[in-house]
Amino acid sequence: MRKGLSPFNIVSLVMGFSFLYLPILLLVLFSFNESKLVTVWGGFSTKWYGEMIRNEGLMDAAWMTLKIAVVSSTFATILGTIAGLVMVRFGSFRGRLLFSGMIYAPLVMPEVITGLSLLLMFVAISLDRGFLTITIAHITFSMCYVAVVVQSRMVTFDQSIEEAALDLGCPPMRTFFTVTLPIIMPAVVSGWLLSFTLSLDDLVIASFTSGPGSTTLPMKIYSSVRLGVTPEINAISTILVGLVTVGVLVASYVSRRQTLIRQRDERLAAAEAT
Amino acid sequence: MMTAIPSGNNRQTTVEAWKDPSQEPYIRLENVTKKFGDFTAVDNISLDIFKSEFFSLLGPSGCGKTTLLRMLAGFEQPTSGRILLDGEDMSKVPPYLRPVNMMFQSYALFPHMNVEKNIAFGLKQDGVPSPEIKTRVDEVISMVQLEQFAKRKPHQLSGGQRQRVALARSLVKKPKMLLLDEPLGALDKKLRTRTQFELMNIQEETGITFVIVTHDQEEAMTVSSRIAVMDHGRIIQTATPTEIYEVPNSRYVANFLGEVNIFEGRVAENARDHVLIQSQEAGCTIRADHGIDAADGATVWVAVRPEKMYINLEAPDDPNTNCMTGQVWDIGYLGNLSIYHIKLDSGTMVTMARTNKERVVERKITWDDRVYVTWAPDAGVVLLS
Ligand SMILES: Nc1ncnc2c1ncn2[C@@H]1O[C@H](COP(=O)(O)OP(=O)(O)OP(=O)(O)O)[C@@H](O)[C@H]1O
Ligand SMILES: [Mg+2]
Repeated sequence: MRKGLSPFNIVSLVMGFSFLYLPILLLVLFSFNESKLVTVWGGFSTKWYGEMIRNEGLMDAAWMTLKIAVVSSTFATILGTIAGLVMVRFGSFRGRLLFSGMIYAPLVMPEVITGLSLLLMFVAISLDRGFLTITIAHITFSMCYVAVVVQSRMVTFDQSIEEAALDLGCPPMRTFFTVTLPIIMPAVVSGWLLSFTLSLDDLVIASFTSGPGSTTLPMKIYSSVRLGVTPEINAISTILVGLVTVGVLVASYVSRRQTLIRQRDERLAAAEAT
Repeated sequence: MMTAIPSGNNRQTTVEAWKDPSQEPYIRLENVTKKFGDFTAVDNISLDIFKSEFFSLLGPSGCGKTTLLRMLAGFEQPTSGRILLDGEDMSKVPPYLRPVNMMFQSYALFPHMNVEKNIAFGLKQDGVPSPEIKTRVDEVISMVQLEQFAKRKPHQLSGGQRQRVALARSLVKKPKMLLLDEPLGALDKKLRTRTQFELMNIQEETGITFVIVTHDQEEAMTVSSRIAVMDHGRIIQTATPTEIYEVPNSRYVANFLGEVNIFEGRVAENARDHVLIQSQEAGCTIRADHGIDAADGATVWVAVRPEKMYINLEAPDDPNTNCMTGQVWDIGYLGNLSIYHIKLDSGTMVTMARTNKERVVERKITWDDRVYVTWAPDAGVVLLS
């Protein structure tokens, strides 16, 4: 009973997707441009990718971004997982709604505000700005994404599974690592990938919290674009887009695959039993 | 030593345990109450369960059976009252240190481990050497007939298979006490009967104390040393299966286990060795061969099981035999039994059962016959509530 694609549907689909993806497509396309002029097509070439690798400033920024992304998403995942667990497990108490609301707040907080307040804090405790401060800033804002992902997984988690482990003589801490964590692992992994990609492409917060000698890739790209777009920038941006896309795809695949496999196996078992 | 009890003999000793005042109970519940907010799930229960008993909890849905088990396992703390296990107060002992294993009503299998690993989990926690784990796991797997599913994950199993994994997982540790929450509900009749006997064998061999929740009264009658019938968080009666069936203490218990005919009446004469009850519902004066603790004129109920009644075309000779008159309303043929529904002259419907000893070719008693329904004075029970 599938509805056919009416001309109207096709037009809106094409318009919607071109609106979303045409600019990115152009960027990818021009990164393979032979000509130095970004707007004129001079034939296919990968030479700008070579240029990019030889550009030390760009590579340093990329390396810095990668380091920050890995460290911050790892810490954000640990903290966010704990927060997500606690939000579900801590029965009801006074002001619980306020607390769970506060977890979501950073999601909707304007980035400028988050960046500014972090900057003020770092200045107040006179922490030298650089790798450390950017990482801390990224942990703060991506942690709540992890918390939300883990929390939504925990809502459907059957707590009697943990009770069964306790009952069989497994102390609480070991129960967490041998039973709870493996079961919620897909959520934790997608939380990690999500905060990794968030950290990769953050510009605003990084600009507030970075110091001299700690430029991230988005900052680098932004500043060089002001001096004029070079195909080199297109090349590195294409790689960034690719990385983020892969991250998001893997994150959603990981969380979907489990349910799909599960559903399939359940159908098989049910069919067998009859 | 729990393993020192010789098998076979064991059921005999357990039968005596609760009547012997010198026996120490293995589990003692003292005025245990559990409240969830305003709701009282378990209401002031005091109960002694003895070593090597096969104790059943029977009751309608929501009467607090699971809550009671969860308190024994340590997942819930009583709101008031105490639980003693082997004389030791359990309130400070966390679940993972109690010598108790529970089989969950929802099975609670570990979804990321296969059947073997699920069952081996408890043994691993105790640091049992792996060759021994292997033999013990294989043993229970074959007991619950899951050999060909050993490598499967729980979501690749049917409901009944999962239930058997849960059962195996709780059995394999051979704890001092096993709590089984409806362990056989999802199994078909044949497998269920087999597993029931298997459980009884395990119990006799190991002397484990079993506390089992079930909805199936036949199952409770078969396996239990004693049964507690619960209602709304309270225990109404605790007794052996025979006592529960033959001498229920209330209409609730009589109705809960099996079919029963109940006649309301007033005490007309209460002597030491018999009581006469004037009953309008029965349309006669009922005689029972045991004295009761009620004043003349008090309202009581007489409970008679269908199989303890007889149906005749002539009035009985013995004047002491209880006798009611009526008309055959309906006959149900069940193969081994025939069920007669008889409408008494008083208007009450009575159910009675007759074993079909001869092949039913032509019934002597058939629809619309006028009949006498009789039962001996010692066949009924007089209930005060
Ligand atoms: N955690 C809880 N919070 C609030 N109420 C609860 C909780 N656990 C159980 N109850 C209530 O306590 C009552 C007894 O529940 P319990 O699970 O012990 O019933 P049960 O006898 O096992 O029923 P069933 O035969 O359906 O399994 C129910 O009315 C249930 O709603
Ligand atoms: Mg229950």
